[in-house]
Amino acid sequence: MSIEDPTVAFRVEACELLDQVEQALLDLTHRLDDAALIDSVFRGLHTLKGSGAMFGFDALAAFTHHIESAFDRVRKGRARATLELVATVLTARDHMRALVEGDAVPQDGGAILARLAAAVDAPAIAPTAPPRPAAADAATAGWQLSFRLPRQALAHGTNALALLDELRALGDCTLVARRDTIPPLDQLAERDCLVTWDATLRGDVPRAAIDDVFLFVLDDMELSATPLAPADPTPAATAAAPAPAPAREPDRSASGQPAPDTFGERRARVVQGELVRVPAARLDTLMDRVGELVIAQSRLSQLAGDRHDLQLRSVAEEVERLAAELRDTMMVLRMVPVSNLFGRFRRLVHDLARETGKAIALETVGESTEIDKTVGERLFDPLVHILRNACDHGLETPDERVTLGKGATGTVRLAAHQAGGAAVITVSDDGRGVNRARVRAKTEASGLVAPGEVLTDAELLALIFHPGFSTAAAVTNLSGRGVGMDVVKREIERLRGTIELVSTEGAGTTITLRIPLTLAIIDGLLVRVGTARFVIPLAAVEECLELSAEEDRRSLGRSLITLRDRLVPFLRLRELFASDAPPDAFQKIVVVATGRERVGLVVDQIVGSHQTVVKALSPFHRGIGSFSGATVLGDGGVALILDVAQLVARGQQIEAAMEQAA
Amino acid sequence: MSASILTVDDSASLRMAIRIALTGAGYAVTEACDGADGLSKAAATRFDLIVTDLNMPNMDGLSMIRALREQPAQAGVPIVFLSTESDAEVKAQAKAAGATGWLVKPFEPEQLIRVVQKVLGR
Repeated sequence: MSIEDPTVAFRVEACELLDQVEQALLDLTHRLDDAALIDSVFRGLHTLKGSGAMFGFDALAAFTHHIESAFDRVRKGRARATLELVATVLTARDHMRALVEGDAVPQDGGAILARLAAAVDAPAIAPTAPPRPAAADAATAGWQLSFRLPRQALAHGTNALALLDELRALGDCTLVARRDTIPPLDQLAERDCLVTWDATLRGDVPRAAIDDVFLFVLDDMELSATPLAPADPTPAATAAAPAPAPAREPDRSASGQPAPDTFGERRARVVQGELVRVPAARLDTLMDRVGELVIAQSRLSQLAGDRHDLQLRSVAEEVERLAAELRDTMMVLRMVPVSNLFGRFRRLVHDLARETGKAIALETVGESTEIDKTVGERLFDPLVHILRNACDHGLETPDERVTLGKGATGTVRLAAHQAGGAAVITVSDDGRGVNRARVRAKTEASGLVAPGEVLTDAELLALIFHPGFSTAAAVTNLSGRGVGMDVVKREIERLRGTIELVSTEGAGTTITLRIPLTLAIIDGLLVRVGTARFVIPLAAVEECLELSAEEDRRSLGRSLITLRDRLVPFLRLRELFASDAPPDAFQKIVVVATGRERVGLVVDQIVGSHQTVVKALSPFHRGIGSFSGATVLGDGGVALILDVAQLVARGQQIEAAMEQAA
Repeated sequence: MSASILTVDDSASLRMAIRIALTGAGYAVTEACDGADGLSKAAATRFDLIVTDLNMPNMDGLSMIRALREQPAQAGVPIVFLSTESDAEVKAQAKAAGATGWLVKPFEPEQLIRVVQKVLGR
């Protein structure tokens, strides 16, 4: 167990606060005078400043102080919230985030602050008043004191006796309680503090020490202190603290009501409450342990199965049931709502709208859908790319839209729901849709398609996912990042998911992602090649066939089989993995598919289906294609998990090579 | 028996820092994550001292202090609030609401312990 470190906790918290601030700012762009949102931003910045200073993030605290002050002006009606202000604070928010993560140069903030000052129409924010100067001290022989605590001091938790004790501890002290200030019994409120004390305090006691005793009540109490004469010949000034006793009425004008609901707070409430925060790394460790337990358990089950010991068997079954439940519970722990993921795109769309000059509304649906945390993180980049495409290529400019009879504001819809063991995420826009003619021209120009070749609409659209494809006539700032949809597709397939594109010209495009809910466990098909065993993700398996010796002979050199009138390329895993062992007499072909592409994998034996806990490959082996991970089998052996997407791509290369040779 | 202290703050890192400082000094610490949570925890147990942030979602510190002071059972329970230096007017409001003392952020653990000792009367 690691030692608790508030600084680490602060970093996590600061990032969450900044996300909340960002969300509130984005909401604010639609409702510039929403006081609750302004309050919410202010509160987030305020907490960030306070906690940042606590944990030594001085640059962060100082920078945040200025942003907070600017928002305070807005909150108090001294400046107006404008889109420019929101945009500046969003930039500032990014800077603060960099400061939290410790990778910003503090001076970078200067330009932002200048922009900010202009946005709130204020000169550089004046530093706050220095703390109350200490009273000038002179050596004294002591003090003659007369004081009366605030009337409600006792009710407000002040320990009057402790104060008297503190005073006594300062020097030689005589205390006399005067009762003449106590009103008649019928006017007496039992909790009021009404006694006046006279005290003679002898010794060289600085005035500041007396003030310190009464620190928390000083402003509201009556206190007069006269230096005792003998040691100090200067005329004794009676220093009396301002005495507005009894204390003012509580200020009712300051609203104590909690502010109405805003996005940021809604999230905060979900995050807190009765929840426990756990670093993700600990969950990973726990998951590993559970994985090992499952492996040990399956060995136990195997051993128990081999013996005719009923007691051992019943214990083994019990352990099996518990291990399965533990694993299921563990899975749930790793699930987080996609709202975290979706929330990050609001900023992206906001920035895209500013950059492209388009009016874009982002709708989100199904934010409570839960996915594995790691899956969510890995979906971020592909979704960024899809959203960029939608905003940049998909949506028309406001003028074009109006001409077409659409509303000036384009809509991008981000939706999620669960279906079986998968999360389905769709990104749709109501823009111009995919221009088939342009796709056709582009693919013909690049030689992907022969001129005149007949393609179904689906086949044509599938070309968008082909490596190197890009339809943007001019590469714009946004999508010209050298990443095509093929990269998106590959990443989704790495997650063992699928991607589909449906588009109607003139009406928009919908991209649907189906992603397994978790990466940590897969249902796999265990196969054997020579002496090695491999796991093929079951979701990718279409069918299993026998490769007869005759067919094998016939296909030699071609590596294609005919499957229901379609040629399917196949890979001999024996050759691919350079296995020396002689092949079995009856080899099998496992046909796997991603989307519409298929490839057959030739193996020696299909062992059976196998639910397996995925272990990541070490950093040394991560670069190796063909494998996406490893798993430990019930007998303690290791099986590598095949990367289907990669193998299918390899199959396609073979197919292309064959076609060229033909 | 060691004094029991309720710390109310929406910032988990700050609660953690406060808890580490106070338990290190021998106090028993209970945590609450906002004003509403603090109010319900204070209703369940009478604490010797409450240390609260002011700026919190879901019932801020001022509202919580006022609500606590309205309950006869909480009369006289010391309440220390945490504030930042820019909070001069808020400080006046908190005192009027019934706070006993305060501590200015940022603070060192020793400062917190000194204030707690002062308010509790050692």
